[in-house]
Amino acid sequence: MALEEIVGPVMVGPSSSHTAGAVRLGNLARLCWGGDVTDVDIYLRCSFAATFWGHGTDRALLAGLMGFSPSDEALKDSFRIAAERGVRYRFHGEKVDGAHPNSVRFVIREGERTMEVVGASLGGGAVELQEVDGFVLRATGELPTMVTFHRDEPGVIAAVTAILAEAGINVGSMNVHRQGRGKGAAMVLELDGLPPEQVVERIKGCHSAIRRLMLIPAGGEEVR
Amino acid sequence: MRSFESILERCRSLPLPEAILSMEEEERGLPRDVIAGRMLDRLREMKSSVLSVEQRPPRGRLVGGEGEALEAYRRSQGALSGDLVATACSMAMKVAVGNAAMRRIVACPTAGSCGIVPGVLGAYSRLNDPSEEELLKALIVAGAVGSVIAQRATLAGAEGGCQAECGAAAAMAAAALTYLRGGDPEAVFHSSALVLQSIMGLVCDPIAGLVEVPCVLRNGTMVGMAVLCSDLAMAGIRSTVPPDEVVDAMDSVGRALPSALRETSEGGLAATPTGQRIARQLLSEAPRLD
Repeated sequence: MALEEIVGPVMVGPSSSHTAGAVRLGNLARLCWGGDVTDVDIYLRCSFAATFWGHGTDRALLAGLMGFSPSDEALKDSFRIAAERGVRYRFHGEKVDGAHPNSVRFVIREGERTMEVVGASLGGGAVELQEVDGFVLRATGELPTMVTFHRDEPGVIAAVTAILAEAGINVGSMNVHRQGRGKGAAMVLELDGLPPEQVVERIKGCHSAIRRLMLIPAGGEEVR
Repeated sequence: MRSFESILERCRSLPLPEAILSMEEEERGLPRDVIAGRMLDRLREMKSSVLSVEQRPPRGRLVGGEGEALEAYRRSQGALSGDLVATACSMAMKVAVGNAAMRRIVACPTAGSCGIVPGVLGAYSRLNDPSEEELLKALIVAGAVGSVIAQRATLAGAEGGCQAECGAAAAMAAAALTYLRGGDPEAVFHSSALVLQSIMGLVCDPIAGLVEVPCVLRNGTMVGMAVLCSDLAMAGIRSTVPPDEVVDAMDSVGRALPSALRETSEGGLAATPTGQRIARQLLSEAPRLD
């Protein structure tokens, strides 16, 4: 572990897994959604459902959805801030066989659009994005991570990785998932550096099958 | 950093903080200035975590006011444990209560043990006025001790019990103090080893799963262990078992602990009739999920 991870992170207490990790899960769900969250159902699972009240897990998840960082003391007041911003939220408990002990499912809505995001807090503030709209992803955010959502078509992987290669960005790991041949697909790339804005724009437009691109900064960094 | 031995080896040609930074630089491919800069940021955050709870005393559900009470007693009657230990204990408990009350803290090495290093460094600073540069070096030394423990054992209470959280924090604090007082690198690591063997096997048994009882108390009392073990090392006393082996023993002991004593709130103080009663009471006050 790096020195500043031993002496750190800087966070709002009381728990790295149930508070700081929960903020980060909210941050991840917000990144997946791609903008301000105005209406959300939050389903707490296992230990999150059992102990959320003692660790501010509920306030932390909501603060994360609104884009607060794990070190922002305002997260304590997230219920009030959500009310001021007109964010509608409802908390529920749910039992899911085989779910991670500290996991949560978000269902975000706006008009006709909905998105479902599942994530888990792994301990020490580290988190894992597990599912987006039913796609099993398993992105930890330990390295900067890029996720593409696209239609399963030949050439998407090559087009994306070619641009990364040209930009000199090394790929540490890569996972590709699809719902079926020619259907929705997702690619999770763990990178040795977050691509700059113009590279991101090029990747978005590099193949007609790409619908959306999501960037997750590495663990300790602020969510942008 | 995988061993105290490897750091000591590097210390043959470099002072301790520089040896640590040069190893970090090699392991991570990051310039040492960047690493030192991030640690300076941590040091300043620690100071503000102490200032915040001194200006606005926090309260948790079960804790609050302990640090203030000890400080008032020290000022009015004098503390038998002395100004350094009593002041450090007071600060450590205040910061730990702040953590329970959702204040901003520096996990060091964890949120549950976040009071110990700021308490010890804060009290030492008030009494001795070291430069920020010296404090930064001491924090880097403390970080290296935590890094070796993370590598050879664990820093998670759920895995290794409280010895891995408050115990590790006290070992880090002892190292920082021994460094600040001019101890050589061997004395620094032995002060940590003396702490770890003194608290070996300490269980994690929080009442109702809250980071409050006994966590806040242990943040406070562990500073005494850190100060005393620093004195022992400065007096030339060495751990019979080398520091790396002490950490390995701590790891085995942590693994041998039953799960009831590793942050599950099923054993120790949490399982006492009073602990259970408090847990039931709090649960009845908690909001319901549908």
